[in-house]
Amino acid sequence: MAALYELAKVIRSKNSGPFELTLDILFDSAGTYERVKNSGEMTPAAISKLYGIDESQIHHFVFFDQALGIKITMARTVSSGTIGDRDVYGAQQHAPLFSIEID
Amino acid sequence: MADLVRILSPCGMLGYGFPASSFLKGLEYDLHGIVVDAGSTDAGPHKLGAGVSIVSRRAAKKDLELLITHGLPRKIPIIMGSAGGAGAKPHLDWTLDIIYEILAEKKLSAKIAFIPADIPQETVLNANKHYQIQPLTPNIPALNAETILQTHSIVAQMGHEPILTALENHSDIIVCGRAYDPSPFAAVGLFHGKDPGLSYHLGKILECGALCAEPGTTKDCILGTITGDSFTVQSLNEKRRCTPVSVAAHTFYEKEHPYILHGPGFTLDLEKCTFEEKETGVVEVKNSRYQSSDEYWIKLEGARKAAYRTFVLAGIRDPLLLEQLESVEELVVQQTAEYYSEIDAEEYEIRFYHYGKNAVLGEREPVPFFGHEVGVMFEVLAQTQELASSICATVRSTFLHFGYENRKSTAGNLAFPFAPSDIEFGPVYEFSIYHLMKASGDFFTVHYEEVADGCSL
Repeated sequence: MAALYELAKVIRSKNSGPFELTLDILFDSAGTYERVKNSGEMTPAAISKLYGIDESQIHHFVFFDQALGIKITMARTVSSGTIGDRDVYGAQQHAPLFSIEID
Repeated sequence: MADLVRILSPCGMLGYGFPASSFLKGLEYDLHGIVVDAGSTDAGPHKLGAGVSIVSRRAAKKDLELLITHGLPRKIPIIMGSAGGAGAKPHLDWTLDIIYEILAEKKLSAKIAFIPADIPQETVLNANKHYQIQPLTPNIPALNAETILQTHSIVAQMGHEPILTALENHSDIIVCGRAYDPSPFAAVGLFHGKDPGLSYHLGKILECGALCAEPGTTKDCILGTITGDSFTVQSLNEKRRCTPVSVAAHTFYEKEHPYILHGPGFTLDLEKCTFEEKETGVVEVKNSRYQSSDEYWIKLEGARKAAYRTFVLAGIRDPLLLEQLESVEELVVQQTAEYYSEIDAEEYEIRFYHYGKNAVLGEREPVPFFGHEVGVMFEVLAQTQELASSICATVRSTFLHFGYENRKSTAGNLAFPFAPSDIEFGPVYEFSIYHLMKASGDFFTVHYEEVADGCSL
């Protein structure tokens, strides 16, 4: 078992426009990337549970083999920078991913 | 057609600054353009709504001075995307004013092209009436006339087409209103006959400055070179280096999809891209594909005023209060509402944020709170500043002296770091328009102005 944050080179979150939040997980070896991809831990269902959101709120969940990366894009509940937003740049929403354990 | 087209990106945003040494190193190459992005919606809707910039005038001038005094004598076109951050008229005027000031101070001559991106409300109303507007993502409400009329600042993201026109007309300095971030970079490649897929993908990499290198930063220069069937990127500072992972990671950056990117009038398909280190620190990218769309849609951005805000920051260390923080706050809100019984509760909104306790993730926070102190921020939102401030003052004094159950600290509940404690924020905006509009490709008009020895002709 290893924590996702130990295996990944990059784990980050960012706005993708004011209405979406995107999570990037990138690796620097094909072996590690494949291990995570095939682990069964990285699924839209797992992410929706982790973030307490409905799966329909996940707009994209894509493995990009060429770039050894995973991208997850979800709807923002509040658009960037207006009343009730807690993270204008969406830059600190990645932390829950740290708790994912990979076999 | 040039064999190699070289573009220097000095930094990720005009006014963020960059080492002059990196920039001067870039000038040792035969450059076809110095292109800098200035735009972003990242800082929220306030910049577009209020007509203000993300960076200071002082910082923008510092950066522009380097670009102009080195680029102009070498006859390298200098292009700025999304002037002033949001790219609306006040932002474009602000940027042009700085440029004229520099040209006057240095007694320089230049042909300046500027391309406004403002879209009149009538145009949007009309397009909406004819069903030619759609939300960008499913969680954006459909537009209606009321929203459009409340949105006083609307811009559209231009593609490369008007910038290409400005280059064809021999402009020395091109200032774009709101532009699709990669477009000003792509325009240089396209002007020299390069492949649109490579030109746009390189633009996507270059627009954030050296963020595609390791260690990444938006505050340093990067060089992009387009050849026949590939492009390369390399750092101009020996302290950082481009790698296949850093460049691939940047292809991911801030877009909703890792390899399908939508721009004005086209889609970029990067699924088959390869990222290879050709020589140390020089990463070569191949197979970026550009597909023209059947219909030309442009992205609209608009911001409207949502409310006025007054807020307070305070610290709480008392363990008895921390134990029942949320319930005390509910009682404070109740007591405030009772005091202002003549004001309808719909007319204002009171919100609490607990720094140190789930403030960043809010309801999504999966980890239980454990700690001995909390930074509390509370804000009141209302349709006037006076009302927001009046209610906020009552929330503050009620909270400060609130006699919660089992209280021992009868002198006060909040530690204020500042006097005065209440801060008037002014208007709060929201992105009220973030939609696609069907349009023709020649939507943006290029304007020209000649400056000779620092004086406008």
